[in-house]
Amino acid sequence: MSGIAAARSPSQSAGNPWNEDAARGIVQEHRNLDGAMLPILHALNDHFGYVDAGAVPIIADELNLSRAEVHGVISFYHDFRKEPAGRHVVKVCRAEACQSMDGRKLEEHIRQRLKTEFGATSPDHVYTLDAVYCLGLCACSPAIMVDGELHARVSPARFDQIMADVAGGKR
Amino acid sequence: MSTRIYVPNDSAALALGAERVVRALRAEATARGLEIEIVRNGSRGLFWLEPMIEVATEQGRIAYGPVAAEDVAGLLDAGLLIGQAGHRLHLGRPEEMDYLKKQERLTFARCGIIDPLSLADYEAYDGYRGLRRAVTMTPEAIVEEVTQSGLRGRGGAGFPTGIKWKTVLGAQATQKYIVCNADEGDSGTFADRMIMEGDPFLLIEGMTIAGMAVGASRGFIYVRSEYPDAFRRLQDAIVAANRAGFLGPDILRSGRAFNLEARMGAGAYICGEETSLLESLEGKRGMVRAKPPLPALRGLFGQPTVINNVLSLAAVPTILDKGAAFYQNYGMGRSRGTMPLQLAGNVKFGGLVEKAFGITLREAIYDFGGGTASGRPLRAVQVGGPLGAYFPDALLDTPLDYEAMAAAKGMLGHGGIVVFDDSVDMSLQARFAMEFCAIESCGKCTPCRIGSTRGVEVIDRIRDGIEPEKNKVLLADLCDTMLDGSLCALGGLTPFPVQSAVRHFPEDFNRPSAKAAAE
Repeated sequence: MSGIAAARSPSQSAGNPWNEDAARGIVQEHRNLDGAMLPILHALNDHFGYVDAGAVPIIADELNLSRAEVHGVISFYHDFRKEPAGRHVVKVCRAEACQSMDGRKLEEHIRQRLKTEFGATSPDHVYTLDAVYCLGLCACSPAIMVDGELHARVSPARFDQIMADVAGGKR
Repeated sequence: MSTRIYVPNDSAALALGAERVVRALRAEATARGLEIEIVRNGSRGLFWLEPMIEVATEQGRIAYGPVAAEDVAGLLDAGLLIGQAGHRLHLGRPEEMDYLKKQERLTFARCGIIDPLSLADYEAYDGYRGLRRAVTMTPEAIVEEVTQSGLRGRGGAGFPTGIKWKTVLGAQATQKYIVCNADEGDSGTFADRMIMEGDPFLLIEGMTIAGMAVGASRGFIYVRSEYPDAFRRLQDAIVAANRAGFLGPDILRSGRAFNLEARMGAGAYICGEETSLLESLEGKRGMVRAKPPLPALRGLFGQPTVINNVLSLAAVPTILDKGAAFYQNYGMGRSRGTMPLQLAGNVKFGGLVEKAFGITLREAIYDFGGGTASGRPLRAVQVGGPLGAYFPDALLDTPLDYEAMAAAKGMLGHGGIVVFDDSVDMSLQARFAMEFCAIESCGKCTPCRIGSTRGVEVIDRIRDGIEPEKNKVLLADLCDTMLDGSLCALGGLTPFPVQSAVRHFPEDFNRPSAKAAAE
């Protein structure tokens, strides 16, 4: 597991197995920042690939908040995963600029190709498909991000090529 | 002597293969025994030409693009290193290109030219001249200069920046804050991203001047998580600025302090709303706050806070350097200065166009954008992001300034222009506006939280031909409720795209249902 994690960039999904001591260490490292909550959650999300339910009481304890408040923050933001993502994370922009360049057709192609719905992980845990609302590449739509890497002007054929490269370890 | 080659590391250039071009250049140079120095610049914003690489020659910089890794060997054969013409990708001097020549670049004067993390480059191109002047001025004089320039909030609301600053200057507190709203979530916009990636010291300088002006010693830049490259570059730039004394306890030996941190958002569109952003920075759910109190009086951690968009703050160094009159001289009516427009979506020459206020939508789309990318007829244009109105061809002569756009029942917003060709289904776009609002609503007020979901349902019924006339009345009523009753712009402006679609493209809401057609 750690070998796989090491081979991936920090922006990717993978992470270290859940560990309470490591989590507390991360929380303590950031707790003195003003408005420490989001930096803490990002650090946990990056380290473990998601924010384990076990982190809630630790954060609550360290920041002197109720568990409900911590849970409320985690559940508010799209970025914080409640469970580990698949081996590859595909983020597809579904906003207007991409729509204007046949983005909806690309969305449909990707859903079928990955056999995964938006916001879900494939049963074999290989792909997680996320919707994003704008990657800021609107002059070269449609745009996607695969394992932290951006791709612009993506056609269905181009998408298949990108995924073939990803599966073949070329990226 | 080694030849300098510029290859952008702007995220759009990266998404189009800039990294592979760099690898190919290095490999070919090594194989041929050529000495090259690769500089990673930002983008000049001509995205149909990215990756656009430039070679420093005796005649100045010569551009080539769009360059793929596969083109590199052929380019070197064709005299790339001396900027030789003849190759099909040869573009000549960038300054001579029409797209750039026709612009008035003040904020984007350096973007794409310099190495974003080189302070020497930044200063060589007039950087930190604004701050050097500001440290010799009183806070009141700085605020007055910004007020006189006529600068208005570039995030979309268009509120006069100087007046906001004056309120914070006049507030009594031991700690005040400067917060930069870099949660550029509107589809069709990328100007903030380009500045943060291509000229981060400009934003840092603008925030530092704001700190001097209102007496704030701390600042935060709230960057959306969809922009990881911009976030990292800002962090690097902040370290460099601290090291050189442009940030920290004693700015340019003025005895005044300004400490800056970049913070990452977490994928919530609503956090682009200023009070929601402040909640998020404080570590809470991004729930919108009721106003008053204004953030200028009770903002971050309850303290007086200047909260401005990236482009507002990035305009400030120019104003302080060249004076209010210089900046004020650009523009029309009550919209002064320049506006970085962003041509996006189905447009042939998409990119960044910085012009004085006053050019029309048609000029932007045709004179710069070259019409649709697909070559099909243009049908609709959405201006100002997902909360902006859709314009039909008949309204394209509307000038792009705050008042003229409002008069046409639209808004300029953050300057994003998304072009659609005739394959667009406007009832689907109206539905998306409601759907997006439902996904991104913070949930605090009912018109937005519930209204958006009901809006999707009503539009679905219209699309299905279920009592269409009755449901159109209901939709209009719902839009009025959201417009008047929502706490912030998300619920309050979602009716703009919906109602403009109904108003200008009624035929898309009148189609018989599949069921009715079959009968």
